[in-house]
Amino acid sequence: MNDDKRKKKEKKKADIARGLTIFVFLLPGLLLFVGILIAPIAVSIDRSLYDWNGFSPGTFIGFNNYVELFTNGSIKFMTSLKNALILAFFSVFVQLPLALLLALLLGRAETRLNRAYLSIFFMPVLISTVVIGQLWLKIYNPDYGVLNRFLDAVNLGQLKHIWVADPKTALGSILVPTIWQYVGYHMLLMYAGVKGVDIDLREAAMLDGATKWQVDRYVVIPIIKPIIRVSVIFAVTGSLKTYDLVRIITEGGPFQMTEVPSTILENMLFLRNRYGMGSTISVMLILLCFAFALLITAAFREKDE
Amino acid sequence: MESYVVKKSNPIINIIVGIFLGIWALINLFPIYFMFTFSLKSNAEIFGENIIGLPKEWLWSNFTQALGTGNMVLYFVNSLFVTTMSIAISLMAAMMACYAITRIKWKLSKLTNAFFMLGLTIPLQASIVPVYVVMSRLHWLNKYTTLIIPYSAFALSMAILICTGFMVEIPMALDEAARIDGCGLFGTFFKIILPLMKPAVSTVGIYSYLQCWNEFMFANVFISDSKHRTLPVGIKALSGAYTTDWGPIGAALVIATFPTLIVYIFLSRKIQASFIAGAVKG
Repeated sequence: MNDDKRKKKEKKKADIARGLTIFVFLLPGLLLFVGILIAPIAVSIDRSLYDWNGFSPGTFIGFNNYVELFTNGSIKFMTSLKNALILAFFSVFVQLPLALLLALLLGRAETRLNRAYLSIFFMPVLISTVVIGQLWLKIYNPDYGVLNRFLDAVNLGQLKHIWVADPKTALGSILVPTIWQYVGYHMLLMYAGVKGVDIDLREAAMLDGATKWQVDRYVVIPIIKPIIRVSVIFAVTGSLKTYDLVRIITEGGPFQMTEVPSTILENMLFLRNRYGMGSTISVMLILLCFAFALLITAAFREKDE
Repeated sequence: MESYVVKKSNPIINIIVGIFLGIWALINLFPIYFMFTFSLKSNAEIFGENIIGLPKEWLWSNFTQALGTGNMVLYFVNSLFVTTMSIAISLMAAMMACYAITRIKWKLSKLTNAFFMLGLTIPLQASIVPVYVVMSRLHWLNKYTTLIIPYSAFALSMAILICTGFMVEIPMALDEAARIDGCGLFGTFFKIILPLMKPAVSTVGIYSYLQCWNEFMFANVFISDSKHRTLPVGIKALSGAYTTDWGPIGAALVIATFPTLIVYIFLSRKIQASFIAGAVKG
């Protein structure tokens, strides 16, 4: 009887100790995560319903910020959204196919040359976007840039543009470095998938008389589909979050034509002191990221069935 | 290598593939080469006849200018400090959380893990307004910790994801043996688990390093005084100051980029592996 009680007591003591340990071990992570991510998001959601300058308590205005975001043309949110979606479109339909092609080609044989190519193609991923922006600014420079000089040299002078400031080419001048930088990233992910395909499976298909292209099309691509899905999600959410290249290359210009949601968000804080509206844009970004992630996942599932 | 009979691939297609890969390699390498060469040229060479050739006269003074008057030494040290601290903090917090989630049995461990994984999809922009307002009210802008704390928080989810992958590989028998030897939960973590997590440290470290080293938005918004600028913000400031003088800007770009690229040349497989670990599981 006494023994039983002691055991129970000990067990309880052990449970408390265990609970305490769990708490202590989780504490630093939870503090960081809740303090910097979760709580601010909750605050953002709340503040997105206020007309707020960041210092006063603000006035509650319901969903007016959301309505204004879509209806007030001077905020340029629709333009920014359109630009982000154009970036997403080209990422998915130009960057990813290119990455997939490279991954498939390099995945066919593990030669030294292919290893070297893989390492080279991944290099741009390691460079800071700010550096890449600066570099491309130099390439685009209307007077001294490599691009216009090249066009002169091959007698295509009529194609010369003031790339970054011309309304026709400004968004493109952001698009090209974006695609250039991350092809290598997606290629690497897909390459890892391609390498994971069972060698026997490939050989069996080849013995049946399939060409390399057919093996890629009917054996490899279906197997790496989950990775392609991850890449599509990254490409789309990444495009929605674009900030660095726009800030460096065009500053949103000319005439705010190349603004993206993140630069508008910054403008709300520092140019207009509209912190409530800034929060609204934050919330919209989160919603869009999650919505697209779900949509893409659903689209891939549909295809499988 | 192919001993059995397979359809020979068309030699013309092979040549086209070879050319395509070669051209793509050039497209990838050219901007890096261009950056390196113009960092060593005078304006006369960059704007004149020698745009893409090697520098005729190697102008190392561009580098002394970028490092000295351009303050690149300071920005480099700042970036190094902020990055190192962020990695250390997020890694330690991640390993501790991982230990509680994967090696101690309790009801809500799965849910806690899923909660942390939310961070993988949440964009940095999501918290910028409240964090900025709170930090400015607490007079907490323009310090190292202004960046270190958010960077650690944003690196945390990925760190937990990668660490979990490594930690579940460690056999539970080790914990049980340690327990029998009288090691408590704390002791087991520090004496048994941590030493076995070395491969996770490098994988997470590499991933977080690139994230923090290159981060621009928070750094640009939160840091306005030049003493605490990190490299990306420093480069932006520098390019504003030297609009007509390309050489020192080139030098600054090289200073920010080449250390990473040089390390990459030696550790390319390891670095690639950590990117794969970060994405494939996610």
